[in-house]
Amino acid sequence: MISDWKGTLFLAGLGGLILLFIVAPLAGMLLNTSGSQYVETVADAEVRRSIRLTLLSSFAGVMIFGLAAIPLAYLLARKDFPGKGIVNGVVALPVVIPHSAAGIALMGVVSRNTFLGQAAEGAGITFVGGVAGIVVAMAFVSIPFLVHAARDGFAAVPEKLEKAALNLGASPWRVFFTITLPLAKRQVLTGMTMMWARGLSEFGAVIIIAYHPMVTPILIWERFASFGLSHARPVAAVFMIICLAIFVLMRILSGKKPESRHG
Amino acid sequence: MLYLDHVSVSFPSFRLEPISLAVENNDYLTLLGVSGAGKTVVLELLAGLIKPDGGRILLNGTNITHQKIQERRIGLVYQDLSLFPHLSVKNNIAFPLRRKGLSKDRLLERVKELAAETEVSHLLDRSPGTLSGGEAQRVALARTLAADPEILLLDEPLSNLDVKLKADLRKLLRRIHQSGKTMIHVTHDYMEAATLSNKVAVIQNGRLLQHGSPEEVFRHPRSAFVAHFSGVKNLFPCRHDRGEGGEGLQTALVGDGVRIRYYGERTNEPGFLMIPEQEIILSEEAVESSAVNQLRGTIREMNLAGPGVEVIIDAGVDFVVSISRHSQTALQLEAGKGIWLNFKASSVRFIGD
Repeated sequence: MISDWKGTLFLAGLGGLILLFIVAPLAGMLLNTSGSQYVETVADAEVRRSIRLTLLSSFAGVMIFGLAAIPLAYLLARKDFPGKGIVNGVVALPVVIPHSAAGIALMGVVSRNTFLGQAAEGAGITFVGGVAGIVVAMAFVSIPFLVHAARDGFAAVPEKLEKAALNLGASPWRVFFTITLPLAKRQVLTGMTMMWARGLSEFGAVIIIAYHPMVTPILIWERFASFGLSHARPVAAVFMIICLAIFVLMRILSGKKPESRHG
Repeated sequence: MLYLDHVSVSFPSFRLEPISLAVENNDYLTLLGVSGAGKTVVLELLAGLIKPDGGRILLNGTNITHQKIQERRIGLVYQDLSLFPHLSVKNNIAFPLRRKGLSKDRLLERVKELAAETEVSHLLDRSPGTLSGGEAQRVALARTLAADPEILLLDEPLSNLDVKLKADLRKLLRRIHQSGKTMIHVTHDYMEAATLSNKVAVIQNGRLLQHGSPEEVFRHPRSAFVAHFSGVKNLFPCRHDRGEGGEGLQTALVGDGVRIRYYGERTNEPGFLMIPEQEIILSEEAVESSAVNQLRGTIREMNLAGPGVEVIIDAGVDFVVSISRHSQTALQLEAGKGIWLNFKASSVRFIGD
């Protein structure tokens, strides 16, 4: 154990370097963008449309896929079944495969010449080059964040409390919604926030399924490729500020201590 | 009536041997045993939290062995209480009531009734994390009573409470029992069993050793374990002299050869002799009396015990004798003084190994 002040200073120095490594590029991006560039970027309809599309698509992915991901997380936390290890591994797959490869894999399932793609077209849903495709691509790469956080949250709820609730006459559904979910709420919300945040930044999988309508990471890339750094940087800075503001707000809300309910 | 019919269950490190036990309506049964004996397993089987490997559980004639937990109407107050930490005391108590379709006013009224019954009315808006052990215990009782169970199971309800709180909670448990509730109470403290229950069952290593009224179990223990566990202090390993005894009066040897006579069947087997401490009379001189056992000893120690005095006398083996403070003064007892112990053969009980 390093206990003397020199050791502590050494560790603090190393830690400071890491913090600098994260903060310096972001701060540079924010500080190198002038006030007028911020105003112009915020006023740019294409940027506004793109940011709205990105925020909402990722949010929709969390909401739609969360409906199945949260029960799956509960299952993984509470039940033992054959192949549970494999299921855990499969859930983690999107984190380890290259996201462009994930986009190619998804194309194989949702393109117009697949059964699912055709069925969706029949129902008026377009994946390739459509918002539905963006939602699916964002959800695919980000869903492990929700499943893992929620699974850990459910696992941390003492099973005894669930059994006590059953013993008091509650049905398993009521136990889930009144005991388990409220007690795992903070970690489930954290997982949802992480999934949403990861979805926002997705580029590789989305660009393969839907270049248009353009989500902000693709817009930033397009402006960089077409006009250079000075045109891409303001969009990136505005997008980052908005994402950070929402992220911090959600952390504050989900980080609040659970209060006892009255009445 | 609750009836356990040869109920058994096995875990990798523990087995509950087939157990049969009847609990009449309005009984207060205490399951007595040391830690790890299997008492809590019995409660969890009754509540449906674990499923038995064999046997069946009948409640009022209905087989509930495989009935769902939430349909059993057997309420369990866990040792750790398991209050819901995210709900206020009021909402903890209201939890079982919410499924009953009561109006908001009636629900609140019922919560208040239960809170008054368990003396937690002043705690309704508190969070469980802020309650003391005694308060939390009462809230857990109120919450379980709110479910209106036919049978109330209590897992070590008086453990971790100080003397005053224990006395208060004992009063509350008696009151709940007197209101007509059938109760099963798990404990390792025989005094709890003696003071609360009308039936006692002693469990050791997953086996039901003995059950009956506290008088039957404590006065006539069928094994040395039960006797020892029942708080009997004069319990001595003994052996028999070959060829002694006859006509029902037997002689056994304890310690280094202290002879003690008792009534029983002739045997040469070793076992234990049990002599209730209140059956031993002390005298300064050897006296002519109906007590066939008269032993000379020396007082080693005297301890205050409640209203009386517990005297420890070395008469070859250490005897514990309970006397009043008046007797202590009258006999001028003090450590080191010689004294006679007198007890009848009929007061001595032999328990085979």
